[in-house]
Amino acid sequence: MRMPEPKAAVIARRDTIVRELKRLCPAPEAVIDGDDALRPYETDGLSAYRQAPLAVVLPQSTEEVAAVLRYCRDEGIPVLGRGAGTSLSGGAMPTADGVVISMMKMRDVLDLDFENRTATIEAGTTNIAITQACEHEGFFYAPDPSSQLACSIGGNVANNAGGAHCLKYGVTTNNLLGVKLVTLDGEVLEIGGKYLEPAGLDLLGLVCGSEGQLGIITEVTVRILRAPEGARPMLLGFQSNEQAGACVDAIINSGIIPVALEFMDRPAIHAVEAFVHAGYPLDVEAVLIIEVEGSEAEIDTLLERIAEIAARFEPAFSRISRDAQEAAAIWLGRKSAFGAIGRISPDYICIDGTIPTSKLPETLHHIGDLGRTYGLEIANIFHAGDGNLHPLILYNANAEGELAKAERCAADILKLCVDMEGCLSGEHGVGIEKRELMRYQFTAAELALQERVKHAFDREGLLNVGKVFPFDEDRPAEAA
Amino acid sequence: MAEFAPADEAGVVDAVREARASGEAIEIGGGCSRQGFGRPVQAGHTLRLKGVSGVELYRPGELVLRVRAGTPLAEVEATLDEAGQALPFEPPDLRVLLGSDGAVPTVGGLVATNLSGPARIVAGALRDSLIGVRFVDGDGEVNRSGGRVMKNVTGLDLVKLQAGAHGTLGVLTEVTFKVLPKPQDTLTIALVGLSSEAAGEAMRAALATPFEVSAAAYLPNSVAARSGVNEIARADASAVLLRLAYFGEFLPRRGRDLIAALDLAAPIVELPADASAVLWREVRDATLLTEPRERAVWRISTAPTAGPGLLTMLGREIGAEGFFDWAGGLLWLATDAAGDAGAARIRAALEPLGGHATLVRAPSPVRAAVDVFEPQPEPVLALTKRIKASIDPDRLLNPGRMYAGV
Repeated sequence: MRMPEPKAAVIARRDTIVRELKRLCPAPEAVIDGDDALRPYETDGLSAYRQAPLAVVLPQSTEEVAAVLRYCRDEGIPVLGRGAGTSLSGGAMPTADGVVISMMKMRDVLDLDFENRTATIEAGTTNIAITQACEHEGFFYAPDPSSQLACSIGGNVANNAGGAHCLKYGVTTNNLLGVKLVTLDGEVLEIGGKYLEPAGLDLLGLVCGSEGQLGIITEVTVRILRAPEGARPMLLGFQSNEQAGACVDAIINSGIIPVALEFMDRPAIHAVEAFVHAGYPLDVEAVLIIEVEGSEAEIDTLLERIAEIAARFEPAFSRISRDAQEAAAIWLGRKSAFGAIGRISPDYICIDGTIPTSKLPETLHHIGDLGRTYGLEIANIFHAGDGNLHPLILYNANAEGELAKAERCAADILKLCVDMEGCLSGEHGVGIEKRELMRYQFTAAELALQERVKHAFDREGLLNVGKVFPFDEDRPAEAA
Repeated sequence: MAEFAPADEAGVVDAVREARASGEAIEIGGGCSRQGFGRPVQAGHTLRLKGVSGVELYRPGELVLRVRAGTPLAEVEATLDEAGQALPFEPPDLRVLLGSDGAVPTVGGLVATNLSGPARIVAGALRDSLIGVRFVDGDGEVNRSGGRVMKNVTGLDLVKLQAGAHGTLGVLTEVTFKVLPKPQDTLTIALVGLSSEAAGEAMRAALATPFEVSAAAYLPNSVAARSGVNEIARADASAVLLRLAYFGEFLPRRGRDLIAALDLAAPIVELPADASAVLWREVRDATLLTEPRERAVWRISTAPTAGPGLLTMLGREIGAEGFFDWAGGLLWLATDAAGDAGAARIRAALEPLGGHATLVRAPSPVRAAVDVFEPQPEPVLALTKRIKASIDPDRLLNPGRMYAGV
């Protein structure tokens, strides 16, 4: 993976830079610079690509973050914000001349306001910690990416993280009320707050999902919601992807918006059953997991109504959960899916693209063709309600050329998503993984405009360099 | 000086390029129902999007609607209604309030102002439902951001940036919304005779229940008296309005449990569906503050706990009259339009509470002299100007509509 040429002059000043960072962030162990100690910061969830940074700094306050950014700007040092490092697109991979600002020492819950239904937390706080902090009052934080035990809220904002429940509750941007954003100039911008509509241009919306291109987020205010009275899923099995896709369409057309609508295809079902024995049917092409919320009586009514709608598509299998234990059994399969795939294949690439839901069967058909063309097995597990696909391409990294083949197959699937009028990334971000594919989705003029907007924030071009935008051979280095 | 009225996006591109060549700015409008909102624009040319109209794509099962920017809002709502769906954010119609009764509001104008109605507390704002845009930038280039899918993190989110930019960051030519099924039924419960502070508490308590209250507003006695709904107008008392919206068969139980959870002694009136619809339109469009016409009207976004106290205080200090929506988080205020229309006092009162005030209605000289939108801190204003320059470097598009120099 080609990255901007590291600046030799910056690397040569490494000792001075580390000394200065220690002066700006004087807490013990706030600066990491040994080769071994830097290793955990070489990569994120896209672990095929690695690069150690010049140094890592772990600030303890917004003021320290501002001081580090100002210093990096003055010295022309590339800088990268990092949360828990769980992103899947290489967005948190550093450069050899870059300083990583890790938010892992800023993880306090600053304010829980049940009257205004908000939580204000430091950017390094884990996603799950927000719900844990407010659930004793019956509240929760809605976006629930599958890495929620580890991922940080700052990273969630940077990637506009989604989850299984966004059909009803939206993604991060729809649950975000405010951020404290530190610019490369070291200015601390307070955008939004405990009120619903921020003033001026929607900077909050622009910053959310910007993958660290615009600034470093140190504090986040989110809305918290009162938890529903209850929630239970049902499991449906179909003989074809077409029937399952048509059923999704019909449910949504009926006026019922399930809180989750998950889809798994035959390879995924078989891998899961062999792993956790969740009781999924093995003689079907596709299963749907459909969850609704409300009182016990309301849930019963809605699930019965969904079963009636599904009957029009001749499901080969239908099971409505009646209690928490049966509900957990249905979710067990879905939640163990990635682990189950890992068990049957030494390596896999998890793709993330979105397509219009009406094109589900057609897209799955093409993905099957691509798998056969490349001679690779592909399992499909995804959020059917919103069309966010996560095909898993199984391969063996130890076999000569298999990784490259799997990557070519992944790129073809992502292009397919664009051809279907979808997009390259639903929730994982562009990072380095999909950087070059951006040209497939956007025109040169559109990319140039996005870069100009980035430079309105980052005039020196030092923030998270080499990511999101295509990186040409003939293009001058970002900060040159 | 030209009056551009293009029939399609290519015509918009031509208009922007012609304006650029002439060195004169453009004032952009759709149906011009909200032209009286924002700072007056000084521009040599006008551009009217009415001709760039029509539904391009509507898939109810996908919850997606794509229309050209000049499409009348009424046409969009009728299209959705036929399939039992609606724009989730309950778009306000400000024609009566702004005195632009004859105008035909368009979707582009709606997006440019990013205004959302009572359902915003559960359904999100306009910008939350907006998933794709096409717009022409100040260089005359066509740009797309977002698309027709609701989960999309590909590139910078210029969709959100366009919502509420009042046409200062591009000429919108096409917008795509995530839509939702219309609630099959609604039930509105009115709690009569509460003080503003007690009302705030009751609404916050209601939103802390799991019954999915879809709107929560408070009308003081004098405002309630102007309602077209007899049950409210004749009560001679204030009213807290709580709306439940869902499948009809679930509503009676939810209503009972909600009332029980509130545990209040206040008299309770349950409003039938038709009265409920009228009442929430009055709240949504702020028509309860239309008269007297010479008064200025403010829209204030603040923390829900701050709204009730602010209403009382500004009533006492500057004679403001108003009501609140969004469980206290949105305050509509009518003030004497003389001088600064109360701007200094309102913004000083907001300072310690958080939030901001927008002058929605005032005579043109007042809108030119007073900051219509909340003045921004210097670093944010500087950033706003740089963003403007990155998209519209020659400041051709609605210059000064939001802020001087932007």
